[in-house]
Amino acid sequence: MSTPFYVSPEQLMKDRADFARKGIARGRSVVVLRYLDGIVFVAENPSRALHKISEIYDRIGFAAVGRYNEFENLRIAGVRLADMRGYSYDRSDVTGRGLANAYAQTLGTIFSSGGEKPYEVELFVAEVGNDVDDDQIYRLTYDGSVADVPEYAVMGGANEQVEEHLKANYEAGLDLAAALKLATTALGTDAENARAIPPADLEVAVLDRTRTQPRKFKRLSLTQVSSLLG
Amino acid sequence: MLSEPFRAVGSSSFVDFLAQQAPQLLPQSTDISSSGLAVTHGTTIVAATFAGGVVMGGDRRATMGNVIAQRDIQKVFATDEFSCVGIAGTAGIAIEMTRLFQVELEHYEKIEGTTLSTDGKANRLATLIRSNLAMAMQGLAVVPLFAAYDLDAECGRIFAFDVTGNKNEERTFHSVGSGSTFARGSLKKLYRPQMSEEEAVTAVIQALYDAADDDTATGGPDLTRRIFPMISVITADGYRAWEDSATATVADAVIGGRMVQPDGPSAPLT
Repeated sequence: MSTPFYVSPEQLMKDRADFARKGIARGRSVVVLRYLDGIVFVAENPSRALHKISEIYDRIGFAAVGRYNEFENLRIAGVRLADMRGYSYDRSDVTGRGLANAYAQTLGTIFSSGGEKPYEVELFVAEVGNDVDDDQIYRLTYDGSVADVPEYAVMGGANEQVEEHLKANYEAGLDLAAALKLATTALGTDAENARAIPPADLEVAVLDRTRTQPRKFKRLSLTQVSSLLG
Repeated sequence: MLSEPFRAVGSSSFVDFLAQQAPQLLPQSTDISSSGLAVTHGTTIVAATFAGGVVMGGDRRATMGNVIAQRDIQKVFATDEFSCVGIAGTAGIAIEMTRLFQVELEHYEKIEGTTLSTDGKANRLATLIRSNLAMAMQGLAVVPLFAAYDLDAECGRIFAFDVTGNKNEERTFHSVGSGSTFARGSLKKLYRPQMSEEEAVTAVIQALYDAADDDTATGGPDLTRRIFPMISVITADGYRAWEDSATATVADAVIGGRMVQPDGPSAPLT
């Protein structure tokens, strides 16, 4: 019997991480940031049908980068989990933290299990609260680690430059138009020369605490995005 | 951890998902017979279309045999932005069914990224009602009335069901519940096509007054406690519940008229 070829656990994990990171870096970035009335998600996505940003529950939104089929799979699982929890307990018992934990467990298990290939995705789970201090944003990476995002974050493609731009220009208490402008210019800094992204190529959604309906998630139409960008 | 079934490719229906994953959460049939069992019943629901939408109203009484179980029960529920359900029959099962229907519509909307058509919604509700047939046979029937604003057809639509899930669309007005015979007779004389929203609400409140007048289980306006019917309106702008104060104004006018003419407004003979 031949001895199986030995690969150290460190090397194995590193290979898997490199594989996942490479897949994620291929796509365009997604930015999430807090503004005065809640949380805004901005993605560069020319497709009107294949969304990167979606609603999970009343106060919870979802954004993702990476392989579409993999994050779509996770999004549907999240909607099912949230709806089932809200139906069997109460709508107020569905929390962003619970959902982020479920995603972390899932991604972590897939990443470290030997058989499957790791998911090439990164996710944001955001929950809008009754006031600014209750807003929460979680960032989940391909290996299942979770980070609490204080004000803004970016993932996907060339995220270092985009993050630099946000760091230099972000301030607390921006209104929606200012937040959207900042996010759009930041997304445009991913190449050597900063470019302007046309509104038609943007996918924008907000979790707006001032909405009177229980469902706080709202997708902004092209007209709304164009008028906000001025 | 989101186990395999959560991530499985499958239907966009929440009910189907629950049936596979957690069937114990679905309203389900048991072998007990309800004869002699004290359960809460909701009574009369009325709906009428008007120019630009549809209005639905319900009285506020829930009964348990000869006892009034609740004086201010809510029987009309928004099920999504452009639809609502009014419930008559066994309250416990009806409210649970409505909750399930609300999640079903929202679940589909989130997964598919688009809303169901009005007919699609009515068919889903028919399926839910049919799945309750075993319990209906034991006396625990649920008979909802479904109203929606159809964005494609640009009009209000009303759907009535029987316990087997048979779906009937009504173009003008309809009523369900113990006082429905009287409410329908009343609306037949008061309804006019292309009424304004205000007129339609008045007609619905008149019909509920007539139902309460002749049916013991339907609650009339409660003047001492200021409890009046609950009114919901759906137009192209979406679902909106009337403020209690606005309903009270219309109800007061209706009661004022009845002080002079206890049987309400009379229709011309020819």
